[in-house]
Amino acid sequence: MKAKIDRTYEGSFHIVGGDFSRAGEASTELKSILLNVGIDEDTVRRVAIATFEAEMNIMIYATAGILRYTISPDEIRVVAEDMGPGIEDIELAMQEGYSTAPDWVREMGWGAGMGLPNMKKNSDVFRIESVVGEGTTVEMTIRLKDC
Amino acid sequence: MRLDEIIRILDAVIITNSQEPGAEIEWACATDLMSDVLYYSRGNSVLITGLAKQQAIRTSDIADIKVVVFTRGKEPDAQTIELSRKKRITLLITPYSMYTACGKLYEKGLRCCPE
Repeated sequence: MKAKIDRTYEGSFHIVGGDFSRAGEASTELKSILLNVGIDEDTVRRVAIATFEAEMNIMIYATAGILRYTISPDEIRVVAEDMGPGIEDIELAMQEGYSTAPDWVREMGWGAGMGLPNMKKNSDVFRIESVVGEGTTVEMTIRLKDC
Repeated sequence: MRLDEIIRILDAVIITNSQEPGAEIEWACATDLMSDVLYYSRGNSVLITGLAKQQAIRTSDIADIKVVVFTRGKEPDAQTIELSRKKRITLLITPYSMYTACGKLYEKGLRCCPE
């Protein structure tokens, strides 16, 4: 038997690039929603971390973006889609420690090159697509544990 | 390690506290890089950081970290204090450097989050 999810929940958050005063609000709200619908704490932590990294990437690199989530009886799916510069070399961007973040972002404690690896680490299925000059879409699926 | 023991060992000033003095903290994580916190930390840890900003509190909230210690006596701004209060995260300031703070806690038995 899976966690006590008897229906599908969907929602989305709009993220504005560069607005650090609101950084993490969407992920925090999603975390509350997951706890409220009865998802176990370990799974919530994984989803929250993966979503937070995606939210920060939109905030750091893109003009704007959207985070969409779907909570179903078997899994949680988060899709982060941005209008940003795109990623030229995804394989390189996936390497731990590789970053193109500017200094002001590093001064805020971000841009260490662990964002995408961290999203992948906390997802059961991780997909990324990017078009230079158009934007990047990350899809993360976390399967729900058996109770 | 008990929270009150951490406070005593680090000669820490309590800025906000939402926990019992006897609350048990299992692990420690020390870094100024927030993705490292998200990548390596465990829940119910203390974060020791020189990043005395809202980002440290936001990150700790996401990662289920209950106690944050700012090193070298760095004082947070009002928004950071308010956020830690709202998120029920205990916020401490130690006069020690990150290296010394870690050494003192390690010496008394508090260990790094397992990787």
